[in-house]
Formats: sequence, C-alpha cells, structure tokens
Amino acid sequence: MDLIAARNLQGLSLGFHIILVCFGVAFPVFVLTMEGLWLRTGDDLYRRIARRWSKAMVILFAVGVVSGTILSFELGILWPGFMGKYGDVFGFAFGLEGTSFFVEAIFVAIYAYGWDRLSKRAHFLAGLPIPIAGLFGSLFVIAVNGWMNNPVGFTEVNGVVGDIQPLQALFNGFFWHELVHMLLAAFMVAGFMTASVYAVAMLRGRRDRLTRIALVVPLTIACLVAPVQLLVGDWAARTVVADQPVKLAAMEGLGRTQAYAPWHLGGWYSDGQVHGGIAIPDMLSLLTHHDPSAVVQGLDSVPPEDQPPVNVVRIAFQLMVIVGSGLALLAVIHLWTWWRRRRLITRRWFLLAIAAAGPGAIVALESGWVTTEVGRQPWIVYNLMRTSDAATRAGGIPVVWILLGVVYLGLAIGAVWALRRLAKSPPEPPLPGMAEAS
Amino acid sequence: MLATLAALLLVAGLTAYAVLGGADFGTGVWDLTAGRGRRGERVRALLRTCMGPVWEANHVWLIFTLVVFWTSFPEAFASVMSTMYIPLFLAAAGIILRGSSYAFRVHTGGTRFENPTALAFGLASILTPFFLGTVVGGVASGRVPLGNAAGDPLTAWWNPTSVAVGILAVVTGAYLAAVFTAADARRLGEGDLAESFRIRALIAGVLAGAVALGALPVLHGDAPALFDGLVHGLGLVAVIASVVVGGATLWLVATRRASLARWTGAAAVAAIAVGWAVAQHPYLLPPDVTVADAAAPDATLWALMGAAVLFVAVVVPSLVLLYRLSLTGRLGHDLPPADDASAHA
Repeated sequence: MDLIAARNLQGLSLGFHIILVCFGVAFPVFVLTMEGLWLRTGDDLYRRIARRWSKAMVILFAVGVVSGTILSFELGILWPGFMGKYGDVFGFAFGLEGTSFFVEAIFVAIYAYGWDRLSKRAHFLAGLPIPIAGLFGSLFVIAVNGWMNNPVGFTEVNGVVGDIQPLQALFNGFFWHELVHMLLAAFMVAGFMTASVYAVAMLRGRRDRLTRIALVVPLTIACLVAPVQLLVGDWAARTVVADQPVKLAAMEGLGRTQAYAPWHLGGWYSDGQVHGGIAIPDMLSLLTHHDPSAVVQGLDSVPPEDQPPVNVVRIAFQLMVIVGSGLALLAVIHLWTWWRRRRLITRRWFLLAIAAAGPGAIVALESGWVTTEVGRQPWIVYNLMRTSDAATRAGGIPVVWILLGVVYLGLAIGAVWALRRLAKSPPEPPLPGMAEAS
Repeated sequence: MLATLAALLLVAGLTAYAVLGGADFGTGVWDLTAGRGRRGERVRALLRTCMGPVWEANHVWLIFTLVVFWTSFPEAFASVMSTMYIPLFLAAAGIILRGSSYAFRVHTGGTRFENPTALAFGLASILTPFFLGTVVGGVASGRVPLGNAAGDPLTAWWNPTSVAVGILAVVTGAYLAAVFTAADARRLGEGDLAESFRIRALIAGVLAGAVALGALPVLHGDAPALFDGLVHGLGLVAVIASVVVGGATLWLVATRRASLARWTGAAAVAAIAVGWAVAQHPYLLPPDVTVADAAAPDATLWALMGAAVLFVAVVVPSLVLLYRLSLTGRLGHDLPPADDASAHA
C-alpha cells in the first residue's frame, strides 16, 4: 500500500510538473518570436501579444518553480534507498540542472518586469537566456531519467557503488533520444495548447487580426515539429528494443518470444496474449527490426516478478501513438494550406480540431511518460534496483498522497483560473502614437 | 578536504536561503498583519513591489541546497528526508500554497478570492519556515540516524531544539523583511511606510535577538553537544558576531540608515547559520556521522566542484544584474493587475 501510494504521489507530481516543463522550454520561444517580429516590423500588435504572453509565462513559471521544488523533496522523502545508494552517480546532472533553473528564474524576472523600463534591445536580450536555460534544465533531468533506464558510468560490486564517472553517467545510451523526443514534445504541447486557446476564441466569434496571429504562430511551430516526432519516436522505440526488450514486449503485449511477431491495435492483454483488437501478421518484427522474420523478445524471457503491468504500459503507448499520429495529420493539413495558399483554414471543423489538439498533445505527453516509467517497473534503476527497495520505510505515505493530491488539484484549478482571468482582461493598449497596422 | 569544500557549499546555500528565502517568507508575516482598508492595501502593494522581481530567484536557493546535499552526501540526505517526512511534507504543502497564491493574487485583486488567497499566503509564510526550521533543529540535536526512515518520525522534529529553531526561522525572516522593506520604502519615497516599517524592524529585531539568545538555554538542556560548540571557539565567535552586528543593525534602523541596515541585518542572520555549522563540525549528522564519513566518492565531488565553478561564473553575475536592476528601480515593481492594464500604460 505504501509503495503504491508513493508511486502514485510521484507520478502525480511528475505528471503535473512535466506540462509546466513544456511551457518553460517552448513558450518563451513563442514570446520572443512575437517580440522579435515587433522589433523587426514595428507593428505594435506583436508587442501586445508578447506582453500578454509574458504574463502567462510568469504564472506558469511560478507554478513550475513550486512543483519542481516539491519534486526535489519527494526524491529524498519517497525514495531514500535510491537517492542514498545512487545519488552520487547522477547527482552531478542535478547540480547543473539547479544552475540552469537559477538562470531561468533570474531572467524570467528581468524579462517580465523589465517591459518599458529596459531599452527594447536590452529587453529582448534579457529574454534569450530563458529558453536556453529551460533547454539545459530539461536536458539534465532527462539525463537522469535516461540513466535510470540505462545505468552506466559506475561499477557495483556486492552492492557497493564505485568507480563513478559522472560524465559517462550523464551521457548514457538513453540520453539523446529521450532528450530530442521530449524537446519536440515540449514544442507540440505548448504550441498546440496556445493555438487551441485562440481556436476556441475564434469559434466564439473573435476573428480579429490579433487572435489569428496569436493562433497561427504557435500552431505553425507545433506543426513543423509534429511529423518529425514520429521519426524520433521510431528511433526511441528501436533503442528500447535493443536495451529494454521487456519494456518493448509490454508496450506491444508480446507474451512469447517469436519470429514473425504480429502487431496488434487495441485489445486487452491477458494469459500471455492480446485478446481482441486488430492483428497484423509479421508487423512487429518489421517495425522493431525492419525485417519480418526477426525474432522479437517476449515477456516470457523474464520471470513474472520482473514484468511490468502490461495493459497500463500498452494502452498508454497505443494512446500516445494514435494521438501523435492524429496531430501529425493535422500538422500536414495546416502546413500544406499555409505553404500553397498562405492562409489559415478557418472552417469550423478545423478550428475544432485545433481546439482539441492542445489537450490531445498533453494526453500524448502523459501517456508517453507512463509508457516509459511504468514500462521500466519493477525496476527504479533498470535491472539493478527494485522500486520496492528504493521506497521509504516510513508509514503514513497514503495519507500524504491524498493530502498532497488535494493541494495539487487546488494548484491546477488556481493556475487555470488565473490564466482564464488573464485571457478575459482587456487587451494590452497600443503604445501612444502608434496606430495599429491593419 | 573535498568533503569539507562540499560541506561549505551546503552551508553557503543554506545561509543564502535563510537570509533571502527567510526575508521572502517574512514579507508574508507583514502581509498577514497589514490590516484592512487603504493603508493595509498600501502596505501589501509595497511588499509586492519589493519582492516581486526577486522572489523566484530567492527560492531557488532551496533547490540549490537540496541538490548539493544529495550529490555530496547521498546517504545522509536520504536519512534526513525519510525520517523528516512529516515536517517536510507540511513545508511542501506550504510552499505550494504560498507560491501559487503569490502567482495568482495579481489576478485575484478585487474578486471574492482576494481574502482567502491573502490568508493562505500569510499562513503558509509562517508555517513553511517553521517546519523547515524544525528539520534543521532535529539534525543539529542529533536526532537523525543513518538509514531509511531510521529516526523517530515524530520526536525527530517535535522537540525543544526543533521548535526553537523553527520559531527562530520565522522571526529572523520577519525581521529581515522589515529591514529590507524599510530601505525599499525610503528609496521609493514612501516616507510614512518607511517609518512604519522602521518600527516593525525594531520590534522584530528585538524579538529575533531575544529568541536567538533564549534558544541557548534550551539547547543547553536538549542538545548539550551543540550548545558546547556554540559557546567555544569559532562557534562562540559567530554568536558574538551575530549579537554585535544584530545590535548595530538595530541602531542603524533606529537612526534611519536603512540601506546600510540591509547588509548588517543579513550578516547577523548569516552569522547564526554559520555558527550552527561551526558548532556541529565535524559532524554532518551528529552524534556519529562526520562530513568525511558521509561524503560521496571524489569523482562525484570533483564533478560537483566543476558545476559549482560554472554556477559561480554564470549565476552570480546574473544575480548581481537582477539585484542591481531591482535595487535601482529598473524593473517594473509589479505586473499590473490584469484588470488595470490600461491604467498602467
């Protein structure tokens, strides 16, 4: 019970924070794009959008600082076995992450509070470190997650950790694909989410130039990324095939090790196979090894106590793939019309699709993380330490989980409420003497 | 040697957090007691003005401290965190409440959420430093043994030393907040508010001094080893320094030299933190675990030192820039309330 509560609490906290990470990395890029357009064209509309977005950026960053602090508490409170034994192997990455976080906090403050008070140039320059620091911050955290999947850079003899090589641990075999996959996801989540807010506004009849620009810029950035994400996903999956075959078997519901392995869409896994759903023969061998006769390792390659909960992993994975493909399709439609006709499709069905794309991107993000985190179970450090051995021996964690769950819920409601209020507030006034170009 | 350097980094992070984070928590005390009506509103606006641009950076010191702790002394970190899970989760809840109410209150002005948000902010500002202080008190009085949740989940933090340190954390924060705000109010030309914060600073300063000195007999009974460290050698030097500099701060505040008092006030609080570290040296988790015992292997500590050099090269100049812009009024003092955007421009 305590272990389940600890995992749920950690999952809740991570699932909450990761959305803010997306906005921390990608949203400043959107804000700076708008400010850059203002500086280049002199069109005041861009300044008004940038200024309004920078307020949203501050709210989201503040919530992210809070949830990030809680995460660093939880690492020690919930997983003392893990931190106590391996903290010195990957701690270096967190040291660099802390540095990035500091830089981000400082320049978010200078940027958000420096409007009209710093020179235009200085203000824009003060914004540049924000996405860079956000990128490095997520890079170092991803490095730690990659290390949990692919623990390298040390030796372990009779349970004693030695010969630590922090840089090797940092640049582990899972680092690169996880990093790229996550960065693209960040741009998809922030881009589709921002666009979806303005798509809703357009569906409600606001069709002015500000709304259209505020929709098109983040949408186009997200759409440029979404198709690429499919390729990166394939890269990630093939790394999992090579280094974590059991996780892949869970993702695909493959009970028995076999050649010509079929691939299933939908269905339910029990008793070593997928029941129901659509089966395509040989497809899994083809997808994983690019060869229909290739042998794919099944769940039976390890004892049952070393297998992750298959259905959770599999459903999360399929959800991510389906939603991700839908987003890529939407992206292709938008990019095509934008390229050929230089316009945004403003038909009702397309605006509805954009409105759904924001929440959809979040669903894909969360289910992706569920896939990799639950798929690694029962290990916290792959093949080295069980999650149950890492967990705290303190009692009372279920109570804490419920209490903190309520607090998180309040935080989420508060954040959405504050953002909605910001959205409803009157638009930024034009600068005196600056007529808006129409 | 490397382990000592890492411990120094840890103490530096904690001291910075005690001063900057503490002052930030302290503004919550004055926010809570600002009173109603026009005057209360002005006091709150001033507090937001002073803390707005710097509060997030102030709180990153906590993350810095945690990161240095778990990288350099992983097992000790795991022991402290798992034994102290009750006060730490309460502090975590306080941090969530406080950070979010701070971020949202800009947008709650004039709504029916205004008063509950202000109350949540004020209460969280008192409870969070108190609970973090009890953790420090529990470690200092030797109540955290090495191991996964090996200490007593209740008495480890609910004991005379912990409660004394918890109260001390709250009052020193309130004191620093009053000193800093008095200086800012004077710089902003808000003479009457500067006066009223001068009075607050004097009251809180006397109170903080009384709690700090009053804690000594408590430690004598409850944590004799720590007490010994504080009345001998370098520990005693730190205690005397804190008393002298703290007294000088009161005099500077009384004679309206607020901008100088800002520095001496910070030094007085820093001296308490340093005094504690010196008093418990060479132990990281008294009574048995020394800094050297608990330290991570050299390769890790070297990497951490590399990160620390990077930190000094990148973060320190950025911080200096932030504080300089903030202290010279080059940063907007608050985001204009959402409903008030037109009035601002």
